[in-house]
Amino acid sequence: MDLGKIIAIAISMIFVNNFILSKFLGLCPFLGVSKESKPALSMGAAVIFVMTCSSIMTWLIYNYLLLPFNIGYLRTITFILVIAAFVQFIEMVIRKYSNVLYRSLGIYLPLITTNCAVLGVTILNINNFYSGGKAVKASFIYSTFQAFFAGVGFLVALILMSGIRERLELSDVPESLKGIPIAFIVASLMSLAFMGFSGFSR
Amino acid sequence: MNILIPILTLGVLGLLFGVGLALAAKKFCVETDPRLDKVYAKLPGANCGACGMPGCMGFAEGLIQGSCSVEHCVVCSEEAREAIAKILGAGAKANVKKIAVLYCYGGNKRVKDKFVYSGIKNCAAANIIMGGQKACFYGCIGLGDCVKVCPFGAITMSEEDLPIVDEAKCKACNKCVLTCPKKLFSLVPVTGKVFVACSSHDPGKDTKAACSVGCIACGLCVKACKFDAIKVVDNLAVIDYHKCTSCGECVKACPMKTIRVRA
Repeated sequence: MDLGKIIAIAISMIFVNNFILSKFLGLCPFLGVSKESKPALSMGAAVIFVMTCSSIMTWLIYNYLLLPFNIGYLRTITFILVIAAFVQFIEMVIRKYSNVLYRSLGIYLPLITTNCAVLGVTILNINNFYSGGKAVKASFIYSTFQAFFAGVGFLVALILMSGIRERLELSDVPESLKGIPIAFIVASLMSLAFMGFSGFSR
Repeated sequence: MNILIPILTLGVLGLLFGVGLALAAKKFCVETDPRLDKVYAKLPGANCGACGMPGCMGFAEGLIQGSCSVEHCVVCSEEAREAIAKILGAGAKANVKKIAVLYCYGGNKRVKDKFVYSGIKNCAAANIIMGGQKACFYGCIGLGDCVKVCPFGAITMSEEDLPIVDEAKCKACNKCVLTCPKKLFSLVPVTGKVFVACSSHDPGKDTKAACSVGCIACGLCVKACKFDAIKVVDNLAVIDYHKCTSCGECVKACPMKTIRVRA
């Protein structure tokens, strides 16, 4: 494990391979929860949390269950199962112990349960930090950081989008483009802007 | 034999998660008050926020906890209010119905424009540019933000570019009051029939130059009122609806026809 690599992962996940704007994963919450800044912030926090925890869970399951039995090809369906069950569990725990946290975070958890961005980051962990069916050095730590920064990238995109959409509310948009259509156009322009980062990292 | 491994692994994993979640649901279950859903069903469900709670669900929770009382909901009908009081086991107090009233009668006939505004057609945007295109700084801009924000469709624009509130539809949810960039709306008890149709704090001379029906703060209404219900504050007549009996003397006295009887 070295710091340089973690910084490289951070830049790669936040800017170069931003999950929303470069990989086009998790577009549903991106458009659904980006109308105002405050929910966008909560949603982003929830995504960071879920991504990091899911990544830890799935890495352990992949490493200690799927690999020994030589059934790595089942990872997609297993990961979906793990993530869904885990998020459900977390939701219950939060609801029981912290009403405040549940109010701000809990309502977004079911939205993320089977979100492709979460599944995407867990699969990406396996793709990036396993070679020839074996975990590379410090694979677990890298995976966790990769998931965390993927969540941060999600948050950044969500906040940028919500800022723009708050301003769009006050602007003169043609009738036929009002609401979601203009949001899609904005999203595509943002995505083009993020293309400028491509090539900075692998 | 090989096929059994993946089947068993996934099957056991699924079973584990299933049982685990079932146990967790039992262990971490949160008991909700059965009255909550009943109360919520009786509320209007418009989520207007006039009660100060986050939506109708938040209000229902407040009712159950006792931090709110039913009359804070200005929207729901008298029957619904009684039904909720019955569910909660407490008597609901009587509530005076209010409606939103526009404190301006300028419009495009009585107030001229000071410049041609061709920007975005909403009041919030127009207000940013020198307080809107109207000659009167305090008056209605007339681009209809209140019409758009009203969740009950109670506000329409007249030909004079003035919003008209439909008293039957208005639920006094306060949304137009908050939205109007000039703060021209006010919630007035339905029993109060007279109102001051002006919000201008300019001196009388300036008001008169901008608008033919603006309050010039002459004070004749104050003298005419037998109940001491009108005061002139900061160049503007203000009616105290606790004292006003809607006798109409001020309406007769007003030289500018600013004090009007609600249609």
